[in-house]
Amino acid sequence: MQAVARPSAAQPSPPAPERRPRGPRRPFSVGRLLAWVALFLMIVITLAPFLWMLRTALSNNRVLFTEPGSWLPVDFTTGPFERVLGSASTEDAQAEGGSGASMRFWTYLRNSVIVSTAITLGQVLFSAMAAYAFARLRWPGRNVVFFAFITALMVPPVFTMLPNFVLIKNLGLLNTYPGIIAPFFFMTPFAVFFLRQFFLGISREVEEAAMIDGAGYFRIFFRIILPMSSAPIATLSVLTFINAWNEYFWPQLVGQEESVRVLTVALSAFHSSTPQTGPDWAGLMAATLVAAVPTMLLFLAFGRKIVNSIQFTGVK
Amino acid sequence: MASAARAEKAAARERAPRRQAKETRAALIFVAPAMLGFLVFFAWPTLRGLYLSFTDYDLLTPASFSGLDNYTRLVKDEVFWNSLWVTLQYVFINIGVQTFAALLLAVLIHRLTRSVVIRGIILLPYLISNVVVALLWYWMADYNLGIINEMLSWVGFDPVAFFGDEDWAIPTIAMVNVWRHLGYTALLIFAGLQTINRDVYEAAAVDGAGEVRIFFRITLPLLRPVMALVLVLTVIGSWQIFDTVAVTTQGGPVDATRVVQYYIFDQAFNRFDFGYASAISVVLFLILAGVALVQLKMLRAGESDQS
Repeated sequence: MQAVARPSAAQPSPPAPERRPRGPRRPFSVGRLLAWVALFLMIVITLAPFLWMLRTALSNNRVLFTEPGSWLPVDFTTGPFERVLGSASTEDAQAEGGSGASMRFWTYLRNSVIVSTAITLGQVLFSAMAAYAFARLRWPGRNVVFFAFITALMVPPVFTMLPNFVLIKNLGLLNTYPGIIAPFFFMTPFAVFFLRQFFLGISREVEEAAMIDGAGYFRIFFRIILPMSSAPIATLSVLTFINAWNEYFWPQLVGQEESVRVLTVALSAFHSSTPQTGPDWAGLMAATLVAAVPTMLLFLAFGRKIVNSIQFTGVK
Repeated sequence: MASAARAEKAAARERAPRRQAKETRAALIFVAPAMLGFLVFFAWPTLRGLYLSFTDYDLLTPASFSGLDNYTRLVKDEVFWNSLWVTLQYVFINIGVQTFAALLLAVLIHRLTRSVVIRGIILLPYLISNVVVALLWYWMADYNLGIINEMLSWVGFDPVAFFGDEDWAIPTIAMVNVWRHLGYTALLIFAGLQTINRDVYEAAAVDGAGEVRIFFRITLPLLRPVMALVLVLTVIGSWQIFDTVAVTTQGGPVDATRVVQYYIFDQAFNRFDFGYASAISVVLFLILAGVALVQLKMLRAGESDQS
């Protein structure tokens, strides 16, 4: 399998971080100060809700109303997190103003992981294969089919969702993993479009050289194109995973049953199950926070890549 | 080495027909899985949705053809027209505020700092799901205990029922989604800003142009193609508002937040009127296609600006 020479010289290196030598510091000006203040304000507005979420999640729901304006937890307790993770007894939960209704967090977490992982693996692989065919291979009908794919970007999800729901129901796949995963598993127009843009930029000589060595299209794809594209593939994977993790509409339709319920659906259900008169805000915020942790961790690990990838889609 | 490659290329050209067939076969295999997904979950449901819109269908009994009934009903359905109007209000507020704020944010970052950390921070809200965002703001904007009303009271305002007041509900939902998407949009615009050659700015600065003048005379005109692209993405996206409504107001108070998508959902899954829901979907699709066409025209028109 190693017969194919890896043309390392042609490998596009990731763009060097843009770093211009620092010029002389610009002189202080009122305008510049105001600009910094504006930027600072926008960052505060971005971050404050996260802080509020954490502060509420560490409060005792029963006495939350006594200090509605305090940015610190009211009667600090880890109870809400214990309620969410299922380690609090019903009595403890009710003592802190929880409903005592069980939130099978670990089940929902497992379901979210299964669904998001499967969608990411399938969608990225199959979209990459299609993108390769669109970008690197010549075949009749190529442009027509690609145009059809792109047009699908315009179709509002709700339009396809009703018939898809009927289809999944007729196939007997309601409340199963395949039913939740299927519509996202094979492709999204966006993923194909995204990777095609990148594949178009790879030099043709690399393929020609491999072909002379006797490599077929499949070997070229798996041994050359994919490894060369590890950066965009990784960013697309992260974006796909985050989108799959956050998807609400579809799993809400086809995955209501506890055994396959994902976190977004569970959160919404948890919200509607708490009484309108005295909602368990602390428990809810703890749950939302815990549900957001996995994507946050992904962001910590791949933050720079995600940021760059959005710029990548923006430019071309 | 080069001549060998050339000879090989010539040989390849002679084998062209066979190679072409091989290449086509490989391409079809590569496209097959995506094609399957496309046909089953995009193309076929689109056609089927079109068909269902001419039927009476409750999911339990087979669909029965009813001609244009759904569409004539649609024309007379005041709730539908209201939902269109409400959605339009949402789109208008959401896009207006978001575009303005994102442009401001992008320019600020571009002119002030190169920090990836700051760029990362502004993207944070985009990473959490609509459901979480909706719940979080529902809590912060709570009438009795919400921090927003608490802060309003510090400066002497009366509390506002953000999600419960007919006049406030749509603007509130629009602002919640601005909060979530602002960073993403700003980064798209930021990417466009980075493609503008810095020399242009320096030349302008040497000529004595101030920041404001530079922005309106250079940045904005050169940014037009990027802004057009951003608008295509965000406008199409904002018509799809659903999650936030479903989690917070469920269409209420009265019909103040019954946006089109939620109305479709309501008809289909609460009243099991799939035929009628499909007809509304068709209309929404036509509107979106129209919007996209107009925008793409604008986008093309904008491409000539920068090359």
